[in-house]
Formats: sequence, C-alpha cells, structure tokens
Amino acid sequence: MLLEAVGLRAAYGQSKVLHGIDFTVRKGGVTALLGANGAGKTTTLRAICGMVRTEGELRFEGQRIDGRPTEAIVASGIAHVPDGRGTFMELSVEENMRLGAYTRRDRGVAADFDRMFTMFPKLRQRYRQQAGTLSGGEQQMLAIARALLLRPRLLLLDEPSFGLAPLIVQEIFEIMRRINEADGVSILVVEQNASMALAVADHAYLLETGRIVLSGPAADIRRDESVRRAYLGY
Amino acid sequence: MDGLLHQVFSGLATGGIYASVALALVMIYQATHHVNFAQGEMAMFSTYIALTLIQAGVPYWWAFAITLVVSFAIGAVIQRVLMTPMANAPVLASVGIFIGLLLMFNSCAGWFFGYTLKPFPSPFGEGKPMLAGYLSRHELGSTAVTLAVLLSVWAFFRFTRLGLAMRAAAYNPASSRLVGVNVDRMLALGWGLAAAIGAIAGMMVAHVVFLEPNMMSGVLLYAFAGALLGGITSPMGAVIGGFVVGVLENLGGAYVVGAELKLSLALVIIVAVLVIKPSGLFGRTIVSRV
Amino acid sequence: MGRTLLRHWPLLFLAFAAVVPTVALSNYQLFQLTMVAVYAVAILGLNIVTGFNGQISLGHGAFYAVGAYVTAIMMDKWGVPYWATLPVSALICACTGFLVGLPALRLGGLYLALTTFALAVATPQLLKYKLFEGWTGGVQGIVIDKPDPPFGLPINADQWLYLFSLAVAAVMFLLAANLVRGRIGRAMMAVRDQPTAAEAMGIDLAMFKTRTFAVSAMLTGIAGSLGAIAIQFVAPDSFAVFLSITLFVGLVVGGVASIGGTIFGAFFIEFVPNLAEQVSKAAPGAVYGIILIAFLFLMPGGLAGALRKLLRLA
Repeated sequence: MLLEAVGLRAAYGQSKVLHGIDFTVRKGGVTALLGANGAGKTTTLRAICGMVRTEGELRFEGQRIDGRPTEAIVASGIAHVPDGRGTFMELSVEENMRLGAYTRRDRGVAADFDRMFTMFPKLRQRYRQQAGTLSGGEQQMLAIARALLLRPRLLLLDEPSFGLAPLIVQEIFEIMRRINEADGVSILVVEQNASMALAVADHAYLLETGRIVLSGPAADIRRDESVRRAYLGY
Repeated sequence: MDGLLHQVFSGLATGGIYASVALALVMIYQATHHVNFAQGEMAMFSTYIALTLIQAGVPYWWAFAITLVVSFAIGAVIQRVLMTPMANAPVLASVGIFIGLLLMFNSCAGWFFGYTLKPFPSPFGEGKPMLAGYLSRHELGSTAVTLAVLLSVWAFFRFTRLGLAMRAAAYNPASSRLVGVNVDRMLALGWGLAAAIGAIAGMMVAHVVFLEPNMMSGVLLYAFAGALLGGITSPMGAVIGGFVVGVLENLGGAYVVGAELKLSLALVIIVAVLVIKPSGLFGRTIVSRV
Repeated sequence: MGRTLLRHWPLLFLAFAAVVPTVALSNYQLFQLTMVAVYAVAILGLNIVTGFNGQISLGHGAFYAVGAYVTAIMMDKWGVPYWATLPVSALICACTGFLVGLPALRLGGLYLALTTFALAVATPQLLKYKLFEGWTGGVQGIVIDKPDPPFGLPINADQWLYLFSLAVAAVMFLLAANLVRGRIGRAMMAVRDQPTAAEAMGIDLAMFKTRTFAVSAMLTGIAGSLGAIAIQFVAPDSFAVFLSITLFVGLVVGGVASIGGTIFGAFFIEFVPNLAEQVSKAAPGAVYGIILIAFLFLMPGGLAGALRKLLRLA
C-alpha cells in the first residue's frame, strides 16, 4: 500500500471533523473520496499533509508521516493541490512552477518543465504573466503542474472540477488519467462531482460527517442504489 | 543653483540610508504584516558592535562583515524566540514586543557603551570632496555601498531559489508549505536579512551623525515616511521612497522649514501620503488590518 | 451589609485615598501620589482608544504635551486660574486628536500606530520651534506657580494639589466607566472585535474610531494639564517619545481594556523607574522593555487580569 490511514481523527480547535477513519491508496491507483459538503473530504487531505492536528496512524510507503511538518511530508513525495488551488497570485507563472520544483536538486527539472508545457500549452503562453491574472481553469492547470513538478509518487487533488466550465472539467479529468497511466503517479481525488470521479477512479470511499460509510471498487460504488440517488442524481 | 544641486546630492546620500532601513521594514512587513518599530534601535546596536570591534583593532571591512553576521543572528534569534510564539497573537501584543525590543536595545546600548556621542570611522577616508565638490568621499562611498546592498538584495529575491521561496512564504505561507518550503525558517531568514541591512545603514550613517543610543530614531522616522511614500507593500517603492524622502528632507531643511524642524517633515510626509495616496506610489492599500 | 460595601468599593477607595495619604504622607510622597493620579488619567485616555476600541496609539505623549502646554501658556501669559485651563485644554486636545486620527484611522490600525509614533518622535522638535517660541518659551520651557488652597482651607499647597488632582481623576474615571459600560462602549468593543458586523449595524467605522480617538486624546490632555500644574514646569524634552512609550507600558502592565487596571499601571510607571534608576540611568528603559515583553507573554491581561484570576480562584 502506498498510503494507509488507521483510525485517523482530525479537529480544528474544539470541533472534531474526522472521527477515526481507515482508508488506503493503492500504488498506481486512482482513489476517489466522495461525500457532501462538510463531510470531511478536504480535512482528510489536509490531515495527510499535516495541515491539521491529527490522531491515529498515517503511513506513506511504510513510513509514519503523522505529526511531521507539512514541508517534510511534501518533500517525502506527496503533492497536494489544495482547494482554492493555492496559486501564488503575486508571482509569475514561471515562479509558481519553479516553486513546484523547490524540493528537487536533480537535473531533470528543465525536462519536466517542457513536459508540463506539452501537457498544458496555455502555461507556455502565459509563462511571464502574473499568475493572479490567469482564469480559473488556467490556475487549476498551473496548480497541477506545480504539484507534478515536485515529482510526487502520490498526488492529492482537492475538488479539481470546482467552479470550472464542463469542457475544462473534461480536460482536467483527462489529464488526471494521463498522469496516472503514463507517469505512474498514484492519485487520491476529492470530488463533489461524483460521476466524473467514479469514471476515472478504480476505488472509492464515501464519507459522511467524518465517518466512512461505504467503500469498494469504483464500479460497485457506481451501482450502489443509495449513492446513485444521493450523489449521482439519476 | 550650485547650492541646490549640492543639497540634492547629499539628500540622495542620506536617502540611501533611509532606503535601506525602509527596505528592512518592508521586508518584515511583507512577511508578517507587522512594522518593526525596533528596526532602528537594532541597527544602532549593531553599529556599537562594529565600533567595539574596530576599537579592538579589527580592520574596518572585517568588522563590517562580522557585524553583519552577528546582526543577522540577532535578527533570526529574535524571530525564533519572540515572534514565532506570538504569530497568532493580537496586533497589540506584537506591537508591544517591538516596543519592548526598542526599549531594551536602546537602554542596553546606553548601559554598555554610554550616552556620549562617539565618532565612527569611515572606510572611505576624509579627503577632498568628489564629483565636482557635490559629495564628500564618505557620502559617495556610502551611497555606493547602499546601492550595492540594494542591488544585491534585489538580485537575491529575483534570481535565487531561496529568494523566491522567501517571497512565496511571505505572500502565501500555506501554499509555500505545500511545495516544501519551511516557512518558519524563511521568516527567521527575513528577520536576519532585515537586521543585517539595517546594520549597514547604521554603520554608514554613524560617521555622519555620530554614534549614540538615540542615533536611529530620526532615521527610523524618515524610513517610515519613505516606506509609506513608496508603498509599504512594495520593496522597490520603499527604496525609491527612501531616496525621495532624503532629498525632500535636505531641500526642506535648507530652504523651507530650517534644520531644527527637519524631523517634523517626516511627519508631514507621512500624513500627506495618508491623505492624498494611502497606498503610496507603488503599493497596494492595506485593507484594514486592525 | 458586606455586599453593599463591596458594591461601593470605588467610593470607599476614593474616600480612603483622599483622607489617609493627605494626613499621613510627606509632601514629596504626596507629590508622587499626585503624579499617580495624573498618569492614571493619561493611561485611561490611552486605554479608551487602544484597550476598548483596539486602535493602537504609540503617541499619546503628544496629547499629554499639548494639554500641559495649553495650561502652562494660559497660566503664564494670561494669568488664567489653573482650574479654568482644564476645560480649554480638554477641548483643544480633543480637536488635536480628531485631526490626527482623521487621516490615519480611515486606513486601519497599523497606520495609526505609525502616525502616532512619528508624532511622538517629532513632538519635542515641534515644541522647540522658533515661531512658537514667544508662547512656548522654546527650549527653556515655562515655569508656573503652584496653586494655593482655596477658601482658606487649613492645608498646604501640596495637600491641596493632591486632593484637586484626585478629584479630577475621580470625575474622569466616573465618566470613562459610564462611557465604556453604556451603548457607546458596546459599540467601541464591537468595532474592535467585529468590525464588519459593527459596520453592518450602521456604525461609520472611520468616524466612530476618530471620535473615540478624540475622547481619548482629551482625557490624556487633561492629564497633561494636571501634570504641568503638579510639576510647575513644562519643557520640550520632558515630552519625548519615551513618555508615549511609558504610557503604553503602563497600559499593558495595568491591563488592556480594564478601567481599574489603569490605576495599577499608573503606580507602576510612577514608582518602578525611580527604583530602577538607582541601579543605572539605562535601567528604567531596560526594565520597561523586559517587563513589557514578559507581561505580553505571561500575563497578557496585565495586573488587573491577574488579580481577577486570583479572585476567581479564591
């Protein structure tokens, strides 16, 4: 298992958000985390990166990562595209991308920049531009490029479709599939757009008010009566 | 006309000092949204360290370098020990700590080194005035040093990986952690750097105004004025603002209000900026951060 | 019975403070207590704006100076009786505060801290300015006479001065306490804690803050007037930035947003520097610095907050 959580709890101050959840992310897989607003999806991703106070165990490639500082967890190979995309608005697109590769010392960075430009041609056009001037879709692509430049083994995506036009959503999910298949990056994606997420994922968890209520292969979840009614809307 | 040009040139020379301190203020402001009221006193204290070294027989530029290192360390330690625990405290607490630091540096300097005015050497020698008599050797030399400092700070932030990470940590700490930047370390670095820049300003101005514990209180005021004039959110603006304030101060002192009211000019500039263009020439307005 | 006594503790305290020291203390000790009353009013003014309204002022020494000079000039140049200078000084300081606050407070707290700090640093220079020298006496300052006790009271001038200052201070505390407890006080704290909500409730933030600042400057200015009468001398260098910082230290040590704490703060800034000065000329500053930081870390509620905690435990 690439990532493994056992009895994971998380809280913001006094309010508890996760009440002890277990989940795993398979190496090479795409795992989806579904649920309504406020179910604790974003908190789960934040917990993995040490951005909230947690209890319970988190293992990445067999090593405990819970309790470690965010920057150390990130450096160990987990990239996180946060909700709101985390763009450095005041910096240029180029600088945003350079920051993505901040932890790397190897010589492959330049080649990776080129790969990003092939994957996201828009970023090449806007290379010198201030990132705050990009459109929502472009910022999402920049965020994914920034995350990939870290050369992660696990990519955490928080609502990549949020606030984007359907065509761009299609494109983003297509890119997700490519990252997973061609580059072998495992993905844990949080989505409200359940049908989209289930189309790319091979495994899924359903989160309700801080507890996992359903888990299994994506295909089974798709067929589940209650999920269909509540989250897929048909 | 000749007199006017002379005033402008020597205004630029002192303006460089103000620009340095303004830059130090803006660096800390950008990273933490706090204004370090102790910046001037820290610089003054650093200058005493340099003087002590020089009097002990250390050659000037060695003393200069050692002072920078020590000042950097003092700045970084202050950030670590005092500011980190106060990161989420109300503004009043952080302002209080800055004022506490101001008091401590000021009185420790008086305690250790006395309150008498002390001459501070110039590495550029006394000699004849340069540039057709418009600038003294020290003015010319200190302007060159200031410009070199400002240029290297700019290059550091613009071109190096560490400089980029520091800017990122200042703008967006959460995202910076997510790309692997150690934000606390960047803050400590920023404080250290600001302290070192301030120390250079202190060593350059001490030759002109003589060293004493209250040497920097006026300089700090002009630096505030410069930072506000340029826009407290813009390092480049702060530098330009510092130079402009230096020239305004000299011209105003010579032709308008007289030397004994020079300090009030800083106050007038501050109020004028707030009334006419609160964001400064190059900055963004701060949305009420109470 | 005990409960009624407890409810009226400010009155009892006042009666005690009026009678006991007047009878028991030497003239110099009385003078020190007079200064405690003066500082208490000055810190009270600062507390209104910084404590209750959340706007940080580092330059209240400037308003103290304005009050002191108004009184000194009126007494020296025009022979106005000391008590009659107080209302004038209050009015002038309120206007000054309004004018200083007007540009700075539109923009939020940091600008006020900066502007007031700059004001405090520039104050001595402004007071020395040649054009005003005819009034201010320049660097020399102004010497004024110590007022005599009125109505042929059988007390000496120091005793009278103490009682007079205590009475003025008591009135100011009463006014401030009523202000803070009433509708305006609630609005002040709403502006401090929930500015957006306060604005939504129809409070014009900038104007409200500026008016609060004016009231605060007025109180500190009255303190300046009292101080000038007590010391019988004003000169530019007694109103350097250190005075503003001293008031700020008194505020933090006494207790931010605590009316009663203000009195602790006043005792602190009157007596601690004197004690420290015996060690070294630099010691008061160092002690202030260390205590300021120590309080912010360990006792952010100041002495008043610590006392409240103790009482609750007991």
